[in-house]
Amino acid sequence: MDHNTAGPRASRSLPVRSVVITALLAFACLSSAALAEEGDDALPAFQRLDSLEARVQGCVTCHGQSGQGTSNGYFPRIAGKPAGYLFNQLLAFRNGTRKYPPMNYLVAYLPESYLREIAEHFSDLRPPFAAREITPAEPGVIARGKSLVTVGEPGRGIPACVACHGERLTGMEPGIPGLAGLRPTYIVAQLTRWQVGERHATEPDCMKRVASRLSDLDITAVAAWLSRQEAPSDPSPESPNYVRMPLACGSQPQQH
Amino acid sequence: MRRRISIAVVVIVAVVIVAAVTVYLVRPGMLPKLEEPKQNATTEIITRGEYLARAGDCIACHTEPNEAAFAGGRAMPTPFGNLYSPNITPDDDTGIGLWTADEFYRMMHSGISRDGTLLYPAMPFASYTYVTRADSDAIYAYLMSVPPVRRENKPHELRFPFNQRELLIGWRTLYFNEGEFVPDPAQSAQWNRGAYLVRGLGHCSMCHTAVNRLGGSSESREFEGGMIPNQNWYAPSLTSNREAGLGEWPLQDIADLLQVGTSMRGAVYGPMAEVVYNSLQYLTDEDAMAMAVYLKSLPQRDTEPRPPSQARLVEPTVMENGRRIYERQCALCHGEEGEGKAPAFPPLAGNQSIMMVSPVNPIRMVLNGGYAPGTRKNPRPYGMPPYSHILNDEEVAAVVTYIRVAWNNTGTPITPQQANELRKLIPE
Repeated sequence: MDHNTAGPRASRSLPVRSVVITALLAFACLSSAALAEEGDDALPAFQRLDSLEARVQGCVTCHGQSGQGTSNGYFPRIAGKPAGYLFNQLLAFRNGTRKYPPMNYLVAYLPESYLREIAEHFSDLRPPFAAREITPAEPGVIARGKSLVTVGEPGRGIPACVACHGERLTGMEPGIPGLAGLRPTYIVAQLTRWQVGERHATEPDCMKRVASRLSDLDITAVAAWLSRQEAPSDPSPESPNYVRMPLACGSQPQQH
Repeated sequence: MRRRISIAVVVIVAVVIVAAVTVYLVRPGMLPKLEEPKQNATTEIITRGEYLARAGDCIACHTEPNEAAFAGGRAMPTPFGNLYSPNITPDDDTGIGLWTADEFYRMMHSGISRDGTLLYPAMPFASYTYVTRADSDAIYAYLMSVPPVRRENKPHELRFPFNQRELLIGWRTLYFNEGEFVPDPAQSAQWNRGAYLVRGLGHCSMCHTAVNRLGGSSESREFEGGMIPNQNWYAPSLTSNREAGLGEWPLQDIADLLQVGTSMRGAVYGPMAEVVYNSLQYLTDEDAMAMAVYLKSLPQRDTEPRPPSQARLVEPTVMENGRRIYERQCALCHGEEGEGKAPAFPPLAGNQSIMMVSPVNPIRMVLNGGYAPGTRKNPRPYGMPPYSHILNDEEVAAVVTYIRVAWNNTGTPITPQQANELRKLIPE
């Protein structure tokens, strides 16, 4: 991706010249794309200095220029996640109730109104999904992952992921994050942190109930299947009244 | 058609006239004067106390994150073990509800608690001793007005022998001079106000004066800077023009740095961002300027011209590597020539905090990034991203070396080892 803030613009009336210039520009774009180095999507880039885009440059080396995630396996895609979810996370990082020192440090002294604005900014973005990262897994494990995500295991009190995170896995307004486009390392890490009590959500903490019923193999299976899914054509989260939720969640007020 | 147009014109003219007359009639001077809300003596003293408590940043140490304000319990890691700040809400059993104003003043002025025990100098009574009785009474009135919270104090966890409070008698003899602030008649009222705030409630010397192995700081070295124990940030000297000495700064930039958190010359990060966020942003413009006037007047060291840049002494491959990383990762915000886009993105060329003898702060900024604090005058600050996951130790060393010596900057090169040591620390 080109990160220049201003490029030459061709606007001459001579058609021949404009065709030549267009061709040159196209060639320049192609060759710069060909020369693109790894990690270009994590370079600082913005159009206007007095903009929120310029203000959130502090996020781009991990989450990508448009929140699409980067080639680094751990950092999650944040673009298009519901603003309520992103705001809850930023607030939890600021207040220390969600612990991840690099994030706790960055947002420690930012006011709530600004965190909300940042959440809305990334929530509104719809960048293309980064390439999938597929980790090797046995077919049986993948099948188990598919079953957990799409059906759950009612006998063990495990609801299907799609029941809350959406049929397309793009989350639900206002508080449930999409799972599409997340890397397996991130999914495994978050579920494990929930299991051991390092990550929490507002009570009643439904994800704690879910994670504490999952085995390590379940977690690997879920991550393996999720990472194999094609990116959804419409990455927008579902509307909140779409479904009834199987568990009460403090961060997702029920409308019924 | 013509007629319609002329009717429209008449209507528009009439609307404009009516609007103009309305604006004239309701202009500020013509509106009935709103009564200023009457402030009784209690309101006045509590409001003043709240302001002073903010200037003293009581809340930062006496509040656990996410817990009730002033209820204490926050761990204060020191080289001698953990201290825990006490509950200073007016709860009768676990807080300071039964304290009198006299007892509160003795604590502020002499560092002696209500029951006669000597306070550990994590409580900055060596600074607060400058606070006037009237201001101490106002802070007392304010603290008595906040909601009482029942929360037992947590015992300190100091190693032997530092857990023996008798040792404090010796510490006090060495490092504590009791006495209220005495204005200097040779200086302006503004300077004296600034000195009172900087040396008293602001307790700036707690970080900006080096702390020795006994946790004491020597008055003759006041504001000469030092590493902040256990936080691993370098608090720059406020007296050296090679560090955060402000002798060469315009007053407005100093006041902005303190109150806004950013300025045309740089912004605050790390522990100083916390101070601005919790305390200094609430200062009046007058008080911020008074502190600026005093800080600018501190005795200046290192005023001789800076030495020439060491760029030519740096290994050319390191320099070239640093330049390449700079152009790819940094130049968009900080400019091809390090000129920055102040106040959004600080300039690096000529930036004292990058050239200081201690390279700790620029290395930490490259590794962990940072946001300036969101303040009343700058509620939507710009931020720098972390690079610890993108650059290895050699690359961090190369780019930090580059910004320390390029553009006639007069810093010194740093080693990959220095980057590696700071990489191991948790960002804070």
